[in-house]
Amino acid sequence: MSDFLSYFRQDNLPHIWCPGCGHGTVTGAIVRAIARKGLDKNKVCIVSGIGCSSRAVGYLDFDTLHTAHGRALAFATGIKLARPELKVIVMTGDGDCTAIGGNHFIHAARRNIDITTIVMNNNIYGMTSGQYSPMTPKGMYGTTAPYGNLERSFDLCELAKAAGATYVGRATSYHVPLLIDLIEAALGNKGFSVVEAMVQCPTYFGRKNKIGGPVEMLEWIKEGTVNVKAAASLPPEKLAGKALIGELHNAPAPEYTADYDELIAKVQRKFDTFQGGLYGCASNSD
Amino acid sequence: MSDQPPKSYLHVIRERYCKGCNICVAFCPKKVLALKSGKVFAERPWLCIGCKMCELRCPDYAIEVRAAEPEPDKGANGAEQDYCLPPEACDD
Repeated sequence: MSDFLSYFRQDNLPHIWCPGCGHGTVTGAIVRAIARKGLDKNKVCIVSGIGCSSRAVGYLDFDTLHTAHGRALAFATGIKLARPELKVIVMTGDGDCTAIGGNHFIHAARRNIDITTIVMNNNIYGMTSGQYSPMTPKGMYGTTAPYGNLERSFDLCELAKAAGATYVGRATSYHVPLLIDLIEAALGNKGFSVVEAMVQCPTYFGRKNKIGGPVEMLEWIKEGTVNVKAAASLPPEKLAGKALIGELHNAPAPEYTADYDELIAKVQRKFDTFQGGLYGCASNSD
Repeated sequence: MSDQPPKSYLHVIRERYCKGCNICVAFCPKKVLALKSGKVFAERPWLCIGCKMCELRCPDYAIEVRAAEPEPDKGANGAEQDYCLPPEACDD
């Protein structure tokens, strides 16, 4: 068998996702990025929440954790603080990350903790039969939006950037080589990295919005995106309603677990020299 | 034209994994692949340029493109070769 499949729990394959679902493509891209970086299987921990996308950890042969809805980042923060030498990857969906786990997401980004988050954005809650999510574009349909969604959707990359993530990128399940490159760069970034992967949900989103099957949905995704390098030279009217793909933000900043270790060392030094007595106690607790 | 013989590619297909979603068939730039009774197969493998887009986009890890190695010289024992085995079974 090939190198690629050795990262999977092959007895669990073929996976449960619908024919043509983009989650398999993104999971494959993550595995290819990990294989390209040559990470040790025992030093990688993959955490996921609840949803279609979060089923991915069941097929991956790493140390994996399938946690409560929206709480993948909270669990991942705990793992990273307890074992800073591990590479912690969070695989989450659009509803899991932006609706139920929205607070965990912005605060993990604010702390700049070294976690790589891959958000599989299929614009809908697929597992529970197609309710609209905070990432459903305005005017699109879902089971709970039979006359079109009135709410404006999140721009997840802008949200992550504003909350303080140090690496932000977006790719799609059509642009797989770009997606692999972005995930590889995100894994190399020391700090909170977010890669949004736009994927197709032919079963619910495609059917509800009459886009068609997997092939038509991939073409729809391709039409709706512009590479950020090409967008620099395009007039604004051509960019209206299109999502930018590529590396959107890369600004290294001090990382949380490194700062935490530094703080521990500083405080320990202070207490090691503590001789006792009231005066010493007062001068120690500045 | 170069002196090298044209490269050929081997398409390893895991039929048990394939769900027939048609993504690889539709986006193959050389129209190498086709669906046969709901599963992918390489209809015109000699046209393949080895871009591996089918392999990367396949959501089910059902297809893999490998550079075909030149046929080993079977010599006098060619008749003893078991051609019934699928290509992936012969790999280590």
